Amino acid sequence: MAFPVNQLRNDFPILSTQVHGKPLVYFDNGATTQKPRQVIDRLVQYYETENSNVHRGAHHLSNLATVSFEGARNFIAQYINAQRTEEVIFTRGTTDSINLVASSFHSFIQKGDEVLITAMEHHSNLVPWQQLCKNKEAHLCVIQVLEDGMLDMPVARKMLSPKVKILAFTHISNVLGTINPVKELVAEAHRYNIPVLIDGAQAIAHVQVDVQELDCEFYAFSAHKAYGPMGTGVLYGKSEWLNKLPPCQFGGEMIDQVSFDKTVFNKLPYKFEAGTPNVADVLGMETALRYLDTLGIKNIQQYEDGLLEHATSSLLKIPGIKIIGRAKQKTAVISFIVEGIHPYDLGTLLDQMGIAVRTGNHCAQPLVESLGLNGTIRVSFGLYNTLSEVDYFIDSLKRAINMLL
Amino acid sequence: MTIKEKAQAVVEEFWMFDDWMDKYAYLIELGKDLPVIDSQFKTNNHLISGCQSRVWLHAEEQEGQIVFTADSDAVITKGIVSLLIRILSNHTPKEILEADFSFLESIGLQEHLSPTRANGLASMIKQIQLYARAFQLKSNQL
Repeated sequence: MAFPVNQLRNDFPILSTQVHGKPLVYFDNGATTQKPRQVIDRLVQYYETENSNVHRGAHHLSNLATVSFEGARNFIAQYINAQRTEEVIFTRGTTDSINLVASSFHSFIQKGDEVLITAMEHHSNLVPWQQLCKNKEAHLCVIQVLEDGMLDMPVARKMLSPKVKILAFTHISNVLGTINPVKELVAEAHRYNIPVLIDGAQAIAHVQVDVQELDCEFYAFSAHKAYGPMGTGVLYGKSEWLNKLPPCQFGGEMIDQVSFDKTVFNKLPYKFEAGTPNVADVLGMETALRYLDTLGIKNIQQYEDGLLEHATSSLLKIPGIKIIGRAKQKTAVISFIVEGIHPYDLGTLLDQMGIAVRTGNHCAQPLVESLGLNGTIRVSFGLYNTLSEVDYFIDSLKRAINMLL
Repeated sequence: MTIKEKAQAVVEEFWMFDDWMDKYAYLIELGKDLPVIDSQFKTNNHLISGCQSRVWLHAEEQEGQIVFTADSDAVITKGIVSLLIRILSNHTPKEILEADFSFLESIGLQEHLSPTRANGLASMIKQIQLYARAFQLKSNQL
């Protein structure tokens, strides 16, 4: 069956926007995705009919909100195939999830230990570890990226050792689109009992995420990159690890008993959820993931692969274009440069023609600089993009190049 | 011509184009025509912070007037800086410091630019004013 793209485009009100008098072509899905009517309605419904604080108050609305909120946790746990519901911690998003683990990991790191990351991490999966290492006088070690955009696996294997206390890397590169061999690298790390955190920011909307199959200790993602609301996301953690880690924020529901002398922390998942949670957006996130589930993530991936292939082959026909990141396993992300043209100039002209792309270093300065570039243009597709949008983009790009050269 | 007259001329040039694509095409031509800055001035000292693309601005005094030269690695940015230079170069520090920048609004440039580019434009103006102030202080001390 053909992917019902024209039908589901109607679910996204923003797609009918005009930009500088042209229909919006939104190719910046790697930065954030647009929201379907279902998600927007869910937020409204919550505030109109359910709004109340969760887990407290024996009144009707509080019970209703609590049931919805915990129901969302239950669904999301199933969606990523977590073994237990309490392994899903609600956070503000990927960055918050990674910071939570990095902060809580302080007591597991000694002077001279190593934290291993890769050269394709965006700042959110780099700076928290860098700061942790700085505070603990530990070493931040970096697995290099090969020219085609894939990880240097033989080197990665050699860098694993009992000195490494945690390995953190991205499921999918936000710049290169590379899908990393997560399962393989996790298995290698486990030979040394190294826990692994996976940054799933770019993966959750595009590929199937099964945390038990990946076997990682932690998995972080944001709702807003998967057609859900901004400001919420998930930290998945294996319960044995989440039980071991100390909380790093205090107050609210994360407390079991408190006196002026001491506090007993609540059990999972509440231990890590200090303060009043972002209930509405969590419910919006559930709705977004249900939306993906209904369409079928494999159908989405197949459809987006079609867009990727068409865009890649069309781009390669334009003289002077170089695509950055040619990994065999890629999601629908294309970074490219045009010889003699600054990415920012192209981005500006494409915007004039209604096309939203990202230009610059994509919050991954070390990677972009290590590739010898001062920025790229990135197009990143979502489930509502079409082949005709790709064609319009290619024509617009040619026009912009002609103006600039 | 005074700064005001030059600014008015630029505003009128932009009014000739209805379509923003044409205005950008014009900015690109201006950018391409901008005389190349002496490479000795393309250093970090001359870099203006706050721009997504790199912009170098150099100023020197010639008979009481400031002459600006500039470059950027992005051609649209170069076009924008060339507009500023055309209007503000060859004037005294006092004239530059008293200049009215509302012509940018008349062109529609500020509202049309992305916030990062508008910040960059603001940084360019600030840098031009800083140079003018520095030269003014220097001449007052002589």
